[in-house]
Amino acid sequence: MIPEIGQFALIISLCLTLCLGGFGLLGAHKNNTELMSLVKPLTHAQFIFIVMAFVSLAYSFLTDDFSVLYIATNSHSELPDLFKFSAVWGAHEGSLLLWILILSVWMILVANFSKALPRTFIARVLGVLGFLNFGFLLFTLVTSNPFERISPAPMNGSDLNPLLQDIGLAIHPPILYIGYVGFAVAYAFAIAAMLSGKLDQRWARWTRPWTTAAWLFLTIGIALGSWWAYYELGWGGWWFWDPVENASFMPWLIGTALIHSLAVTEKRGLFKSWTLLLAISAFSLSLLGTFLVRSGILISVHAFATDPARGVFILMLLCIVIGGALILYALRAPNMDEPIGFSALSRETFLLLNNVLLVIAATLILLGTLSPLVLEVFNGDKISIGPPWFELAMIVPMIPLIFLISLGMNTFWVEQSANKLRKKLQVPFILSILFGLIIPMYFYGKITLLLAVGTISALWIMTSSVLPLLKQCQTSLGRKSLTRSTLGMSLAHFGLGCFVFGVTIVSAFNIEADRRLSPGESIFVAGYQYQLRGLKDVEGPNYQAIEAEIDIFKNGNFLTQLRPQKRTYRVQKSPMTEAGIVAGWNRDLFVALGEDLGDGSWSIRIQYKPMIRWIWFGCFIMALGGLVAITDRRYRRQPS
Amino acid sequence: MKKKYAPIIVFVLMLPIFFVGLSRNKSELPSPLIGKIVPAFVLPSLIDPAVMINQANFNGRFVLFNVWATWCAGCREEHEFLMELSARDEISIIGLNWRDNRNDALNWLITLGNPYELSVEDKLGRTAIDWGVYGAPETFLINPQGVILYKHLGPLTERDWTLNFMPFLVTEQT
Repeated sequence: MIPEIGQFALIISLCLTLCLGGFGLLGAHKNNTELMSLVKPLTHAQFIFIVMAFVSLAYSFLTDDFSVLYIATNSHSELPDLFKFSAVWGAHEGSLLLWILILSVWMILVANFSKALPRTFIARVLGVLGFLNFGFLLFTLVTSNPFERISPAPMNGSDLNPLLQDIGLAIHPPILYIGYVGFAVAYAFAIAAMLSGKLDQRWARWTRPWTTAAWLFLTIGIALGSWWAYYELGWGGWWFWDPVENASFMPWLIGTALIHSLAVTEKRGLFKSWTLLLAISAFSLSLLGTFLVRSGILISVHAFATDPARGVFILMLLCIVIGGALILYALRAPNMDEPIGFSALSRETFLLLNNVLLVIAATLILLGTLSPLVLEVFNGDKISIGPPWFELAMIVPMIPLIFLISLGMNTFWVEQSANKLRKKLQVPFILSILFGLIIPMYFYGKITLLLAVGTISALWIMTSSVLPLLKQCQTSLGRKSLTRSTLGMSLAHFGLGCFVFGVTIVSAFNIEADRRLSPGESIFVAGYQYQLRGLKDVEGPNYQAIEAEIDIFKNGNFLTQLRPQKRTYRVQKSPMTEAGIVAGWNRDLFVALGEDLGDGSWSIRIQYKPMIRWIWFGCFIMALGGLVAITDRRYRRQPS
Repeated sequence: MKKKYAPIIVFVLMLPIFFVGLSRNKSELPSPLIGKIVPAFVLPSLIDPAVMINQANFNGRFVLFNVWATWCAGCREEHEFLMELSARDEISIIGLNWRDNRNDALNWLITLGNPYELSVEDKLGRTAIDWGVYGAPETFLINPQGVILYKHLGPLTERDWTLNFMPFLVTEQT
């Protein structure tokens, strides 16, 4: 009964979103007030029915209704309740439903926080979003219905993939999706602007907070994914250049470019068609992200289900959404740019360079991700492009980018005197070089060119990102003039500095050791002593595990005990490694249990990872910067 | 003016890549065991746990080795076809009852019918790991010399049987 209610609610929301799309766009086109007045109620209605469908599916999971095919293949009566709930989006059908739910939440937010916007504009935006949700609802109902029944029902389910039985994975996809789907709002704003043929600085002001909101969730989502891969996959790496990771990183890069280009459009009325193109691209890449993960177009450790029929449907959806937007762009965008000049040394120049470099980085990653596929099409070889390519493809555009960030933040719009800029940045620059050389030498006893470039640029960003704050506080003593925009900008860039610092140190001074240990034996890695006390069998709620007890000593003093496990999940039988980690602000100690080598000894992988927490801490600060920027007062100002 | 068309052109050029990527069939996961002798095992019979069965019981004829469990939806789906196949007497079917409750399994065979010439019970799933089983149901085709010829993932149907299994039987026998 409950699954049928969910199914029915999905069908109703399909009809509602179709009406919403039609009424919104037609109403705005004909300037018909009656049609346009239906847009907001329809947005609310489709939201209610989509929530109803989602709740039905979640309820059926929690009550172990194995007569639903999707639940029978992705759950099990022994599964803990939390994972029964997260199993809702543990495979293709349910994650599509989550996608749809999140899009409808964004639509509700747009409908409720848009009182200041012209009625025709908001009707177009919600109309575009309505059509988008219609497309995905149709896709779900036609090719991937999560409510499909099987008869007779099996007595139990075949369990959730053990990789996904983890709290990190329970929250990772929703947050990543909030980011992906959030770019749909920027996309809809861009389409609305092109349909109306008007794009002014107010448009950029309306679009900015939505873009930043999507970007900040994507940032958190990517950081969580990286953190999850670090402790769950058991390899101790934090980024693998896996196609799924690349799929989330590309829209992040383009989204970052979009945020900066929107700043120029808002403040100076420049880069209009470029901004539109970035808004379309950010969402297109988000769709490709969804599409890459879903269709199994590329081989990946995370890949979910594969079904060519679904892929073809998605391909058609992409053609309409991306192709349609780009055709509209080709027809309408050229008329929007006005010739406004700016000098070579100005904030506009730096933001233009920022955009160019970010787009280059995204393009290189796209090439690296798709080229194995292209090669296979041409000569049938299966080639995988490994991390070395991606690392190089990142470093080349990123080093100039990082250097320019500090200049851009401290430069005026329109024109900047070179002398004043030099004077302002002299001290941070010298300090960064000094400490960038001293820190690795003093703490880690080694320096190389790449390492020095990394630490110097990290410190260079951190120090110079504080300057705009200091300046704003100084120039207006007594008056409360520190804007949230500036504070957000400083925070986000400071976070980037922390991130770069963490990445540099951990890649230069990471120590890995794979050793054979018998109970009672101990070894030294990076100044820490690891002693294997013994092994025992452990019974989990739905898995069996072998657990090692490893004592860690520093200078002869007991530090802590780690208990890495090797688990075997009862239903699906896949072995999983649960690493033991001691976290610290300046280093992680990471121990994973390898293979049983017979005669009671085990292979054990020990890693010393200096400053690795700074990577995720930096991302969090970046996202926090985004959050602060969204709350800036000018976005809340009502029209007079 | 022309450069405004560049984005749509790039997108159109990329479409064939996506299309080719999508039309590839990814469900054929190759098994490293194909062409190899079956992994050794000793397991109790499901019907009578006192009797031990090993891989030598396969030798001298073509065998279908079917991994199943009562908790598995796909196994329920293919059961009818397995019954039909065993009635045709074309091939011996051996069942590996995987990570299951013995009483449930026996109950299943009594109520739904028993297509298996032999049934073994892999309570702990060790043998299934040796055989590289991803999930039930999975079906292996084994020749009289004990070599694995083919592995099928998911419920077995008449179509899979005639398309993917029969050719092996025909070529190997001539």
